[in-house]
Amino acid sequence: MVTELGHFALILAFMVAIVQMVVPMVGAQKRWPGWMAVAEPAANAQFLLTAFSFATLVWAFVTSDFSLRLVVLNSHSAKPMLYKISGTWGNHEGSMLLWVLIVTLFGAMAAWFGGNLPPALKARVLSVQSAIAVAFFAFILFTSNPFLRLAMPPFDGQDLNPLLQDPGLAFHPPFLYLGYVGLSMTFSFAVAALIEGRVDAAWGRWVRPWTLAAWIFLTIGIALGSWWAYYELGWGGFWFWDPVENASFMPWLLAAALLHSAIVVEKRETLKSWTILLAILAFGFSLIGTFIVRSGLLTSVHAFANDPERGVFILLILAFFTGGALILFAARAQAMEAKGVFGMVSRESALVLNNILLAVACFVVFVGTLWPVVAEMFFDRKLSVGPPFFNAAFTPFMVALGLAMPLGAMLPWKRGRLSRAAWSLRYAFVLAVAVALLVWVMQTGQSILGPVGLFLGAWIVAGAAVDLWSRTGRNGSVARLMRLPRADWGKAVAHTGLGVTMFAIAGLTAWEVEDIRVAQIGEPFDVGGFTLTLEDVKRGEGPNYLTTMGMVKLEKDDRFLATLTPEKRTYPVARMPTTEAAIDYRVMRDVYVVIGDRQDEGGWTIRTYIKPFANWIWGGCILMALGGALSLSDRRFRVAAGARRAPAGGVPAE
Amino acid sequence: MKRILILLMFLAAPAWAVLPDEVLDDPGLEERARDLSQGLRCLVCRNESIDESNADLARDLRLLVRERLVAGDSDEEVIDFIVDRYGEYVLLKPTITGANWVLWLAGPAMLLLAGGVGIAFLRSRSRQRAPQEAALSNEEKAQLHRILEE
Repeated sequence: MVTELGHFALILAFMVAIVQMVVPMVGAQKRWPGWMAVAEPAANAQFLLTAFSFATLVWAFVTSDFSLRLVVLNSHSAKPMLYKISGTWGNHEGSMLLWVLIVTLFGAMAAWFGGNLPPALKARVLSVQSAIAVAFFAFILFTSNPFLRLAMPPFDGQDLNPLLQDPGLAFHPPFLYLGYVGLSMTFSFAVAALIEGRVDAAWGRWVRPWTLAAWIFLTIGIALGSWWAYYELGWGGFWFWDPVENASFMPWLLAAALLHSAIVVEKRETLKSWTILLAILAFGFSLIGTFIVRSGLLTSVHAFANDPERGVFILLILAFFTGGALILFAARAQAMEAKGVFGMVSRESALVLNNILLAVACFVVFVGTLWPVVAEMFFDRKLSVGPPFFNAAFTPFMVALGLAMPLGAMLPWKRGRLSRAAWSLRYAFVLAVAVALLVWVMQTGQSILGPVGLFLGAWIVAGAAVDLWSRTGRNGSVARLMRLPRADWGKAVAHTGLGVTMFAIAGLTAWEVEDIRVAQIGEPFDVGGFTLTLEDVKRGEGPNYLTTMGMVKLEKDDRFLATLTPEKRTYPVARMPTTEAAIDYRVMRDVYVVIGDRQDEGGWTIRTYIKPFANWIWGGCILMALGGALSLSDRRFRVAAGARRAPAGGVPAE
Repeated sequence: MKRILILLMFLAAPAWAVLPDEVLDDPGLEERARDLSQGLRCLVCRNESIDESNADLARDLRLLVRERLVAGDSDEEVIDFIVDRYGEYVLLKPTITGANWVLWLAGPAMLLLAGGVGIAFLRSRSRQRAPQEAALSNEEKAQLHRILEE
C-alpha cells in the first residue's frame, strides 16, 4: 500500500515538474509575475513528492518487502540494516530515483536560497532545472520503474552484491550524485543566462556557490570510492582509470575549472562565454557519465545492469540538453562581451592557464575513455586503453598544474610581474628542492618519481602558506591571519590538499613494498622492516556470510604493533567470494595484509604490502573538500544569500 | 543478469593475483615479468591487468610471460609473442601506430590549440583599453563642458 502511494507520488511529481518546466518560462518571457511565481511552490511540491516516493522505497527495503521486484533482486532479510538502507541506491532503478530526488532537492534549494535573484532569472533557472527533472522522471517511469510488484513474492531476496555491502560504498553514491546533479544547477543558471542574454558579475556570484558545492560533493564521492577500492578490492589499488571512474573524474576536472573561471566572471566580468560553455560541458559530462555507467557501451567493474534501451534513452536526454544548450550558446555567445582588461601576466591569465590545463586534461581522459569504441567502430581495431596510457598522457598536465599553481595564486589581478611573484616564493622553492634532494639522496637508485612528487607537494603546500601569509600585508601578524576572509583560507587549504594528494600518489607508487609468499603457521617472516607471523587461521560465520580469518601478528624491532585479521568471505546467497584486507593504518604508512588459499603442502598464501603515505591521498581530498567548504562559507556568499531585502539590482563595487 | 553475475564473480573473487608458485627464482627476471604483466590485459575480466587478476586465464598468461623470459626472450619479443596470439586487445597501453596516433596526439594537439586560443584571447584583452579609460567623444566633452558651466 505504502509502495503504491510512493509510485503515485512519483507520477504526481512528474506532472508538477512538467508544469514547473512550462509555466514559469512562459511567464518570464511574457513578464507575467503570477506565472513566474508558480516556480517556487512547484519546486517545493516536486521535492516533497519525490522525497516521499524515495522514502517509501527505502521503507520497502528496510521492511524487506519481497513483493517488490527491486527488493527481491537486491536485498535479503539477513542483511545488516545499514546495507538494507544503502541497498536502495545500490541498483539501477533505486539510484535513478536518488538521482532525480537530488535534482528536485537542488531545485527546491534554489527556490529557498534564491531570494536575491531577479524574479525572471529565478523563474527561468527553476524552469530549466525542472526540465532536467522531467527527463529523468520520464526515464524512471517508462524504463526503470522501481515500484514494480511481483505476482508471486518469494520467501527471501537475492542479496545485494557483497562488494557493495560496505560502509565506504554505502555513502559513495549519494555524495557522487550530489556532485553530479549539483552541476545541473550551474547548467540551469547557464541556460537561463543564455535565454536572458545577460551575464554579469552578479551572475558569477550566484553560480559560484552551486559549483563549489557540487565540486565539494564530487571530491568527497570520488575519494570515498577510491578509498573503498583501496581496502576492498584486495590489492590496494586506489585508482584504475576505469571508464566509470573516469566518468566521475571528468566532471570533477571541469567543475574545478569552472569554479576558477567563475571567480574571473565575478571579480572581473571576463571569461563570461567560456564560463557558460564550461557550465554546459560540466553537466554534459555528468550525463555522459550516467550514460557510460548504465548503457553497457563500455564495460566496467562498476557498471549497473546494462540495457541498450535505457542507454538510448539517456543518450537522447544527453543529446537534447547538451546539444540544445550548445546551440543556444552558439546563438547567444556574442552577446556576452568581455569587460575587464588585464595584462599578459596577471591573476586572470593564471586562471586562464588553470582552465586550459584542467580542460585539456579532461579532454585527454575523455578521448582515452572512448577510444576503444571509436577504434572498433571506425578503424576495426579491437584494443584497450588502460592505466599505462592515462598515466603517461594525463600526468604531465597535473605536473604542469602543480608547478604553475603557487605562482599563479600569488599574481595580482589586472597586471602583475612574474619576477615579483617568483621572488616572494623563493623560500618555498628552496624548501621544496631541499626536501626532494634529501630524499633522492636517501633512497639511492630508486625511481625519480618519489622525489619529484615530494618536490611538487612541498612546493604547492609551502606556496599556499606563503600566499596566505602575504595576504596579511607588510607587517603580517597571526591575528590578521585569523581575520582573513574565509575564501582566502579556503583557497590555501584546498591548494594544500591538492599538493598533499599529488605527493601521496607519487610516494605510494614509488616506495610501495610488496611480498607474496606461502606462510606457515607460526613461522615469522620479514617485509620491509616489519616482522609478520601467521598465528592461526579460523573459520567463522557472519550475519550473511562465511569467513576464513587469518590472525597475523605484526611486529617491528621486536615491538608488538597489532594483530591483523585478513578475511576471505563467501556470501552464499549472492554466491560471491570477497576479500577483506586487514590494514594497520598509520600516519606514515599502511601495512596491508591479504590472505589467500590454503596450499596443499600446508601453509597459506599471504600477500603483504607496505604502503607509504596511503592515508595522505584521502587526507588531501578531505583538505580539498574542506577548503571548498571554507570558501563556500565566505561572508560574501552568506551576505548575498541573506540579502533578500536589500535593494534589488545593486552590484557591489570591487 | 546471469552474465553479469558470472562476470562479477571473476572480478570480485579474492584477488591474490600472482601466486607464490609462479614467482621466478631470478629476481631480475621476476621484476621484468611483473612489469610486463602490468601492461597486459586479462581477457576475461574487465579493466584489470593480468598482474592484478586472479582469473585462470590471467594465470596462464603470467606463466607464459615467465616461460618466454626464462627462454631468453627480450621484453619486446615477449609482448610480440602474446600480441600475435591474443591480438592488440591485450595491450593496456595502445601502440602508437595507424589510427592510434589520434589517441596519443589528441592531448598535445588540444593543448596547442587551447594554448593558442588562450594566448590570442589574453593578447586581445591586454591590448584593448578599458572602456572607462577610453577618451570622451567630442560630443561628450561638449556635454561635460555644458554641465560644468552651469
